[in-house]
Amino acid sequence: MKVVLLCLGIVLSGVSFAESRSGLEFSTEETRALQANDHENPGMLWADRGAALWAEQCSSCHAAGSMRGVAARYPTVAEGQIVTLEQRILRKRPGLAYESDDLLALTAFVARQSRGLPWQPRIDDRDVERGRKAYLLRRGQMNLACTHCHDSNAGKRLGSETISQGQANGYPAYRLEWGRLGSLQRRLRACLFGVRAELPPFGSRELLELELFLAQRGRGLAMESPAVRR
Amino acid sequence: MGLVRIHLPEQARRGASVEARVLIQHPMETGFRRDAAGARVPRNAIHSFLCRYNGVEVFRATLSTGIAANPLLRFYLRAAESGKVEVWWLDDDDIEGSASAHLVVV
Repeated sequence: MKVVLLCLGIVLSGVSFAESRSGLEFSTEETRALQANDHENPGMLWADRGAALWAEQCSSCHAAGSMRGVAARYPTVAEGQIVTLEQRILRKRPGLAYESDDLLALTAFVARQSRGLPWQPRIDDRDVERGRKAYLLRRGQMNLACTHCHDSNAGKRLGSETISQGQANGYPAYRLEWGRLGSLQRRLRACLFGVRAELPPFGSRELLELELFLAQRGRGLAMESPAVRR
Repeated sequence: MGLVRIHLPEQARRGASVEARVLIQHPMETGFRRDAAGARVPRNAIHSFLCRYNGVEVFRATLSTGIAANPLLRFYLRAAESGKVEVWWLDDDDIEGSASAHLVVV
């Protein structure tokens, strides 16, 4: 009985690792090599594109290398609104669509400047309460919550793949499955699709709350964007 | 813009073999996928790639839909004289791409 209660406690707490581990550690050697080398990492194509856009549209106010550390402080909460790095960019460039090459490129360009820095979003546990609940909520035809794979079964196999902790420190990331760079929201929607749940639209409150919670959960991990994931 | 990354060593010794890496942004559509509306996404893959070094063709590759999106090509050149390394490719939509880099031979 004690064991059952202990397991239940672990499942319910949602943040139960001895140590947070980046998705990189659950990847194959080939994927890790692809990420490690900027001349082979396909995500760098978007970062390059972002650099060109930045030079064209942003550099009259913000010098090219001036965004070091910025991505590591996002997402945050300002005046009651959740602001992710993408949304911060969208405020300045409201014409860009979610998952457009230009938005991903600018995000990757800014995020890349924080590579290797510890993720320190300016939020506290109160801010992420709703996100934590969303993370623990069973949903979809499979009736699974995020926690059931990414806490209870992280490190185990699902088919041919190793289940990661679902850490978000590499996004926007190049997923081999997509063949392109994609945002964290796209990744979250992909997981929700996997458990056959309803997909909240891009930019919706639910996805933002989940993003915020994941940032708090991944606090201290090294920033990796543009990372490569399977 | 952001379409290609060419990597060559900073400089190379005369006569040495030099690794070139070329990463091209391209969807490499197989022609078998369907979009959200169920319509077939037409095949569009890079089918020809070549590299010239100081104007002389030194490497050529034929690609097809079995190659992943955003292909990475890695091949070797023999360093002779300092000069231009140019790459060129052509896809099924007859859209050409090209880029170049400078190789310094000492």
